[in-house]
Amino acid sequence: MAGTALTDPAQLAKFRAVQQLAYAAAESVGQALQPGVTEQQAVQRIRDYLLERGVQDWFHTPFAWFGDRTAFRNFWTPLKFFPTQRRLEEGMPFILDCAPVREGYMADIGYAGCLGTNPIYEQLMNDLAEYRTLIVTRVRDGAPLRQIYRDVDALLARHGYDNRHRVYPGRVIAHQIGMVHSRLPKFIAAGFGIRALHTLVGDLIVERMHHRSPLWADGEISNHPATPGLWAVEPHIGFRDVGVKFEEILVVPPSGDAYWLDDDLPHVRRWQRAAAAS
Amino acid sequence: MTVTTKDIITTDGVPLRVHESGPAGAPTVVCVHGYPDDHTLWDDVTTELAARYRVVSYDVRGAGESGKPRSRRGYRIDQLVRDLAAVIDAVSPDRPVHLLAHDWGSVQAWHAVTGQRLRDRISSYTSISGPCINHADHWFRARLRRPTPRALRELVTQLRMSWYVAWFQLPLLPELAWRAGLAQRLLALVDDAGVCAVADAVNGLQLYRANMMPRLTASRPRTTDIAVQVLAPQRDPFVSRSLQTEIRRWVPNLAVRELPAGHWLPRTHPHTVARCASELIDHVEGGPPARGLRRARRTDRKRQRFDDTLVVITGAGSGIGRATALEFAEHGAEVIVTDIDQQAAERTAQLAGTLGPRASAYLLDVSDCGAMEKFGTVLRENHGIPDIVINNAGIGVAGPFFDTTVADWERIIDVNLWGVIHGCRVLGGLMVEGRTGGTIVNIASAAAYLPTRSLPAYAATKAAVLALSQCLRGELAQAGIGVVTICPGFVHTNIANSTRFVGRDAAQEQATRQRATTLYRRRNFTPRQAAREILRAVQRNTAVAPITVEAKAGLLISRLTPGLLRSLARTDLIPR
Repeated sequence: MAGTALTDPAQLAKFRAVQQLAYAAAESVGQALQPGVTEQQAVQRIRDYLLERGVQDWFHTPFAWFGDRTAFRNFWTPLKFFPTQRRLEEGMPFILDCAPVREGYMADIGYAGCLGTNPIYEQLMNDLAEYRTLIVTRVRDGAPLRQIYRDVDALLARHGYDNRHRVYPGRVIAHQIGMVHSRLPKFIAAGFGIRALHTLVGDLIVERMHHRSPLWADGEISNHPATPGLWAVEPHIGFRDVGVKFEEILVVPPSGDAYWLDDDLPHVRRWQRAAAAS
Repeated sequence: MTVTTKDIITTDGVPLRVHESGPAGAPTVVCVHGYPDDHTLWDDVTTELAARYRVVSYDVRGAGESGKPRSRRGYRIDQLVRDLAAVIDAVSPDRPVHLLAHDWGSVQAWHAVTGQRLRDRISSYTSISGPCINHADHWFRARLRRPTPRALRELVTQLRMSWYVAWFQLPLLPELAWRAGLAQRLLALVDDAGVCAVADAVNGLQLYRANMMPRLTASRPRTTDIAVQVLAPQRDPFVSRSLQTEIRRWVPNLAVRELPAGHWLPRTHPHTVARCASELIDHVEGGPPARGLRRARRTDRKRQRFDDTLVVITGAGSGIGRATALEFAEHGAEVIVTDIDQQAAERTAQLAGTLGPRASAYLLDVSDCGAMEKFGTVLRENHGIPDIVINNAGIGVAGPFFDTTVADWERIIDVNLWGVIHGCRVLGGLMVEGRTGGTIVNIASAAAYLPTRSLPAYAATKAAVLALSQCLRGELAQAGIGVVTICPGFVHTNIANSTRFVGRDAAQEQATRQRATTLYRRRNFTPRQAAREILRAVQRNTAVAPITVEAKAGLLISRLTPGLLRSLARTDLIPR
């Protein structure tokens, strides 16, 4: 997928449709969450929603994090990412994250919400908009990915927040996505779909030969401008025991003039509403 | 200030000399003095209060220019309450009054506010160093009934303080002691009593003889619903803290302030007494409660560690300053953030607001004496007197002594040392003036006691801050202000990035900064961890608080084997 940059409008439309579906799942489940629901129940609801609507496979199975787990506090083993019996309470933030695959097209999205009101959540969500702008602007500038990662860190420091995406495997703020072509059986290992993982590992090897990586982090291997293709970008910022993120597809055409695949997403609508209100 | 004086004849015919001042129509404050004083005890307090209230003070029977009852019966507490009622009815027949009383005056006033006679005639009561006899009785009995170690300790403490009450019961000897001047000398030894008239002291002995004989059976507890504020001096040699303040079961609407002072608070701290009293009066008259009063309230609500506390932090736009501001806000404090970068300060205040009460941000260059003084005035007017001041702003200069220019020296001394001096002088000055105690926190560094060839300028300024803080701690102990010195060590902040590395060109300097930042990041001691330690140090009033392990070990080694540190000082710490 990395080698062949996706620019065909018909294909992009399919990616957009899957991303819309994934966000619709997260938003509909998120808005229906009530006190007492566990992370595992929330995940099951997302799964049911998506399976009913034609999703056949997963890049990774859905995740749900409630309360201080949104900020990945004390995530000293990757097992901590998996949904638990933690129950949602009034004023608790939550994050729903899912990556469905439908007809070979995949999306990877993150949806941050809150049950009731939480001033820290509100502040974080408002500030998250700056990261979306910063990232696409810097990719367009042709800045090396590692530098953009550091720019994000600098913005975090200015805001007084923590970088929480560094807790993800490989400290990634983004990873490339594309069509899933694998013929392996549909099977989930450690939360990841085997077929999608197969594709990703293939990319890792190919990209490695070009001294690049489909994973975007702050290491030497990310010291190159964005590879053309689709990137699922997921800045995850935290303050105290609250974390918020978005995750959506950034299109990097060979020309380098990057853009977000879709602006009709819950977090973007939130910022548009806020801008219109002020 | 015009004072009008008149005599009021009380129920048993004894005349009381009453003095009134202040605007007519304003809320009336009636001040009752104790033993062995007369109304002049309140002179300085009256001067302050009379600007806004009608202030009434009178000589209690037996004292000053009031009449003297013939018999001991005339000094019984019920009669004293009738006197108070006569004064209140005469000076404010239509409106309830606010009471302010000290020592024996307090004892009478307690009897009045917990009794029926003056119900609806008193709106608020500020009591200084005088318990309710009835509460004291129950206080003693409760401790005898359940003699836990703590209860026994409190009992012994109070009995040790009250020996003179027993001595006053003896015939003639106390009179002789007063007339011979012995009692005055003894009093001067234990507290600053000022001068009192021998006749007043001798007459007043009857107060103790008529009212203080212990009873065998307990009377019913006397309670009151009105707003009561107890000002409890911490160094009171006659009334223990516990006896004065552990009364909430009888006084539900209670506020307690412990003040760093002795027994004669109205004489030694008139400004504080006036401020505390007016805060209660203004609130009872319908105003919002002042911060000090809110903090003093005794309620069942679970309080946060720093609720209703005003904290000022310099250099709080980033690093330890920001983290400390946030930590204080999270524990209930109202935080005032200052920084040389206004935007950064505002950002900290914004974050603090999500964790706790509303915070405010000010642009402030701590090295600018004029700016600091202006800030002090603004702070006082807009927010009040700070309870905690944290002089945190600081910069770094690293590199060999002979490469450090005079300009480098001036800059770092201006910020790191003068900044702290101005902070202590202006903001600490407000606290001294306010006489409510508090804490000054100066952020020094482990470099203050760990010599190194790499940081001559920085270490010199920080060592100066450490020395200054310890001297100031000695000076301000009497005022009840703690001075805490923090020596952080390697905390991952922006300091390495903003440090001036002398003796290098711009590119080399930038590279050094990056390497130093990397080292700080690997050390990975977060500002928030440091902030938590700072809060703990404030709570414990720690003299010198090293934060990280290396700072603690360094302090220990500097005391055990300073020679070792001197040899280590030859190593260059700056990353190449």
